Amino acid sequence: MNKFKEISRTARKKWDQLQSSAIPIIYLGTASCGRAAGAKDVHEAIKRYLKDNKLQARIIEVGCIGPCYLEPLMDIRLPHSPRISYANVTPEKARRIIESLLINGNPQVQMALGHFGENGDKLIEGIPRFYDLPMLKSQVRIVLRNCGLIDPEDIDHYIANAGYAGFLQALEKGPEGVIAEVKDAGLRGRGGAGFPTHKKWETCRNAPGNIKYMICNADEGDPGAFMNRSLIEGDPHCVLEGLLIAAYAIGASHGYIYIRAEYPLAIVRLKKAISQMRAYGLIGKNILNSGFDFDITIKEGAGAFVCGEETALIASIEGKRGMPKSRPPFPAISGLHGKPTIINNVETLGTLPNILRNGAAWYRQYGTPGNYGTKTFSLVGKIRRSGLIEVPLGTPLRQIIFDIGGGSNKQFKAVQTGGPSGGCLSEEFLDTPVDYESLGAAGSIMGSGGLIVMDEDTCVVDVARYFLDFTQKESCGKCSPCRVGSGHLVEILDRITKGRGLPEDLIKLQTLGETIKRGSLCGLGQTAPNPVLTTLRYFRSEYLNHIKEKNCPAAVCKELIEYRVIPEKCTGCRGCVAVCPTGAITGPRSEPHNLDPTKCIKCRACYEVCRFDAIAGDAIIIRSRRRIHDDHTA
Amino acid sequence: MVDKYKEIFDEFSGEAGDLIPILQKIQNKCGYISDDAIRSISPFLRISDNQIYGVASFYSQFRFTEPGRNSIKVCMGTACHMKGGHILGEAVERELKVKPGQTTEDKRFDFQRVACLGCCALAPVVQINNDIRSRMTVIRLKQLLDKYE
Ligand SMILES: Cc1cc2nc3c(=O)[nH]c(=O)nc-3n(C[C@H](O)[C@H](O)[C@H](O)COP(=O)(O)O)c2cc1C
Ligand code: FES
Repeated sequence: MNKFKEISRTARKKWDQLQSSAIPIIYLGTASCGRAAGAKDVHEAIKRYLKDNKLQARIIEVGCIGPCYLEPLMDIRLPHSPRISYANVTPEKARRIIESLLINGNPQVQMALGHFGENGDKLIEGIPRFYDLPMLKSQVRIVLRNCGLIDPEDIDHYIANAGYAGFLQALEKGPEGVIAEVKDAGLRGRGGAGFPTHKKWETCRNAPGNIKYMICNADEGDPGAFMNRSLIEGDPHCVLEGLLIAAYAIGASHGYIYIRAEYPLAIVRLKKAISQMRAYGLIGKNILNSGFDFDITIKEGAGAFVCGEETALIASIEGKRGMPKSRPPFPAISGLHGKPTIINNVETLGTLPNILRNGAAWYRQYGTPGNYGTKTFSLVGKIRRSGLIEVPLGTPLRQIIFDIGGGSNKQFKAVQTGGPSGGCLSEEFLDTPVDYESLGAAGSIMGSGGLIVMDEDTCVVDVARYFLDFTQKESCGKCSPCRVGSGHLVEILDRITKGRGLPEDLIKLQTLGETIKRGSLCGLGQTAPNPVLTTLRYFRSEYLNHIKEKNCPAAVCKELIEYRVIPEKCTGCRGCVAVCPTGAITGPRSEPHNLDPTKCIKCRACYEVCRFDAIAGDAIIIRSRRRIHDDHTA
Repeated sequence: MVDKYKEIFDEFSGEAGDLIPILQKIQNKCGYISDDAIRSISPFLRISDNQIYGVASFYSQFRFTEPGRNSIKVCMGTACHMKGGHILGEAVERELKVKPGQTTEDKRFDFQRVACLGCCALAPVVQINNDIRSRMTVIRLKQLLDKYE
């Protein structure tokens, strides 16, 4: 304990020195999203620029602060000034900003996104507070409190910001006290089902046997969701502290983190973080002299969605095919190697330190009765401000999509919650509060936090086919309702999107979907038909359009669309002719081009050129064949 | 023959749970899981070749053919699909004349479809070797492919 006090004091000092640093600090978002947007090139450019110009500054790589659409994000903090954030930074833009700020002291107000100033800071006119930006304003950041602000590879940064204080509280309360606190906080599992966390802990704690396991589920299988990746990359210690607390509560002395192999950076950060914990005595034997022993093994997943399911995950750790088992017995009684085992999601664990540190009553001020606290979401798809957000449970969908996300560029059509297991909700549901029960009542689920926004250019039948194709390929094959049934659903949906659907297909989809839900062994099959069933319910007319009129109103389904050149708009720039792989577009320069639909393979190259090339006239359109036909006969 | 994998085996105690991590290490080192590798694991973990193959083939991460000099992964996650990920996949098939899971004849590229690389907010994305490229278009993808030997 005393040793940890000493560690905290040193960490605090280090952090304070950083805050009052006499040299400028450049923070660069280099999480996976930042890297994908080019942050590593920016990093190299900054280093070179500083060196060439003999400028003194410290560069700190941080995690993702949320607005991924603005990546790469670079913040600069001059001595005695608040940290100022700049968006969509390129190597060239970074050099310009640094030159302006470090050499001339000019913050380039027009380029700045926001500042992180506190009361008392000398603020700069014309730059808003970062947390007042529309995307941030109605968020409540508890789990994500450190993401983007601290160096995720430095345990001292975490400790200086009250890190591991929750674990100290836990040691003081004792295991039963921890379970009581979590029960009092009303925490429900963030992995999807929303099962009360304390309940399964209690079962496990009371299960006989002295070997128990604590597993962190970082498989994040929902394709289109990245909350867990971001949290681990941006603040790995909060997840690890949560794992310690949970293990202590259930009486486990060994833990696993099961993480997808597609997240290499997150894996590296976890490994570093674990070795830092070891150096500080936060892991191993007799942690902080409490008598509590705990160690962690990282297990990399090998690419199987179903392994996010608890029993399949356990089979996978045991070195087997990831096949789910029927329950009971529940893992809390008989799990890994037949021992009592608890599996919790990354975000559930990331919440724990906050609850232990601040108390259950504090946590309950967020959210609504029965749905206390906050939830992170990855807001993606046809939305203006995409990224990672955290809001109190009970926040209406409308507020998330429009206030935070800024809505779609085109007409909003639907939102999918819960990934492949979830449902597709139409505009009428925008006032639904985001909580476990309300989303369930609407036919969808909360899921792990994927929120996919669709606009008028998204075809819901195509989306349903996409999800079913996904789950069918990921079905482990053990039970036939899921294996065979979902295959049939895909077949039917496939023919509808190809314009070969039959009127009776809708009834077939419905009955088959309901049968699969009832008859499947695990959560994968039990929820797989949800995307079809909800779209059938809320977007029936779109199905009918495809079946009766062979029309895809969103102009997505390949067999039902055509590419066209609008002669009045075509500037004859030949940009499209140059990129067309099949020679379908022809015509001399400066004259409207001709597109031969029989040669067109709909590869989209011409469309991109025509939209993004400066001299092109935005003349190529993708339209439903049916509409083109109607226009001609009208 | 066994020596090739000995270094990897030395890190493990030989329990059943070691199978997947061993396969992962072998794939990291050799690029794929060869018959030879499976035959070497069998005596080490005391399980049959068939059992090993059964586990390995369950997981999409493992490949059983030699990889190319470069590897391209096109994201087929939901966010990427909605923004045309499948069209990028078709472009790769056409440009490189490969099907998913295959390697080009000249071994320049192997091509895989993956479900979500975790950069959904910047969809559609592709990964070439270790670099993820965001907001990809058919035309930029073609230009990008040309840069790899
Ligand atoms: C097919 C399937 C996939 C799942 N994938 C995940 C996942 O990727 N991550 C996760 O945390 N939970 C996933 N779950 C839910 C887990 O089985 C489990 O409920 C959860 O990890 C429990 O943690 P929690 O109580 O903290 O929510 C999945 C469930 C099913 C049926
Ligand atoms: S859907 Fe492509 S990165 Fe997530």
